[in-house]
Amino acid sequence: MSEIYILWWRQMKRYLRTRSRIFGTIGQPVLFLLALGYGLGAVFERAGQGDYLQFLVPGIILQTLLFSGVFWGIQILFDKRFGFLKEMLVAPVPRVKVLLGNALGGTTISIIQAVIVFIVAVAFGFRPQNWALLPLTLLIVVALALTLASFGAGLASMVEDFQGFQAINNFLVFPLFFLSSALYPLTNVPDVLRILASINPLSYAVDALRYTMIHQTHFGLGKDLAVMAVALIVCVTFAVNRFNRIQV
Amino acid sequence: MKQKYAVEVRNAVKTFGDIRAVDDVSFMIKPGEIFAFLGPNGAGKSTTIKMLTTMLRPTSGQLLLNGHDVTRDQDKARKSFGIVFQDPAVEEELTAYENMLFHAVLYGVPKEDQKVRIEELMRLVDLWERRDSLVRTYSGGMRRRLEIARGLMHRPKILFLDEPTLGLDTQTRNILWDYVKKLSKNEGMTIFFTTHYLDEAEQVAQRIAIIDYGKIVAEGTTKQLTKQTKTKTLEQAYLKLTGEGIRDETSEDFNGLNVRNVMRTGGVR
Repeated sequence: MSEIYILWWRQMKRYLRTRSRIFGTIGQPVLFLLALGYGLGAVFERAGQGDYLQFLVPGIILQTLLFSGVFWGIQILFDKRFGFLKEMLVAPVPRVKVLLGNALGGTTISIIQAVIVFIVAVAFGFRPQNWALLPLTLLIVVALALTLASFGAGLASMVEDFQGFQAINNFLVFPLFFLSSALYPLTNVPDVLRILASINPLSYAVDALRYTMIHQTHFGLGKDLAVMAVALIVCVTFAVNRFNRIQV
Repeated sequence: MKQKYAVEVRNAVKTFGDIRAVDDVSFMIKPGEIFAFLGPNGAGKSTTIKMLTTMLRPTSGQLLLNGHDVTRDQDKARKSFGIVFQDPAVEEELTAYENMLFHAVLYGVPKEDQKVRIEELMRLVDLWERRDSLVRTYSGGMRRRLEIARGLMHRPKILFLDEPTLGLDTQTRNILWDYVKKLSKNEGMTIFFTTHYLDEAEQVAQRIAIIDYGKIVAEGTTKQLTKQTKTKTLEQAYLKLTGEGIRDETSEDFNGLNVRNVMRTGGVR
């Protein structure tokens, strides 16, 4: 237990000491919120879809968690390249514990980022439909943060350098985000997009967030949670599997 | 149960593609012995250490630490050793003290001993006054000293030092080796180290193995090695055994694997 705590503690210390990281990963979602939320709001409303900012915020929360989780994966790559991973891997601690301690750090960081973005969104005029459902939202955020941090850890364990990670970012993370229902409703999109979004687990995650935050759903909460549970198991297994194979 | 050998390596082989970085290496180290592992760049020293310290899986062969197989019984094997890495492995965004604390907890140092040991070791390497500075602000030599202090903290049965004195001044080198000798003598700690400074090996090591092209070419005390090669000093013996040519090795950055350069396999011996 204390080993997991110290690994988490180190991640948090690191996070709090590199302020640029905090602003860096929050800046992008806030920019999206401003540019899209205000920029496209009028068009969205004219199309009869209601308030776009309300619709967008759950998607931006997802974006924060996704980018923060995957960005946190870079930390493992840093540790690999600059040697600190060796210190952790030769310790008499099972690798699963090493991964868990680090991933919990990544998860906590993601949750903090998401909460900050949520507060910014409220400042911009976002209002949850039912404040009483927010604890449920937080629960979904926690599960999602763990899933995506595991996803990032697994990816980072596979690649050897920052270029490789950049490629994954461009060819996997961005498409995953844009081809989900994070930014637009799936009701009136072309079939191709709808099919792609429907096989994208992120769509279900954002749908669950949307259900608890603004009481809108496309797939239904039951289906959302089922897909998220599977995604969580798959991502954690993926991370453990990849992390176990690291040789330094 | 008392082990007859602290380190046992039997027919260890590690290949990377066509390259045999470690080629059928065997050696034994008794508990409490100070053992030096010498060889030119890329001879297979680091690869051997990486296999012994569970960082790399051997292609074949058996490696035991304190009787524990490093591939089948990793956790027990890991509890048996401490290591000072060849490349720096400290967290820059933590203070020196925090780095030590991190290590103490991760390596299961009892809570009541943590503070005492951290202070004792940080004073030994003369970093106690700077304990609250971020390691980011440390010079190369200071980082090295911190790593040495860290490697000693959990009082392992076997201590691996992979070129520990690289970039250190003479004073610190002397302190380090004096301390290492004391650990071996008083606590029965087994020391396995590599170095390019042959005078260190001559003064500190009780037994020396010389590895070249992945194979051990000679093993014994300094006396035995000089006698065997009909030379006067360890340096002469070493050069006679390994030749005068300069060696290549692929970059540490590549996978972190200390692979012999492919070019060399066609080279002249």
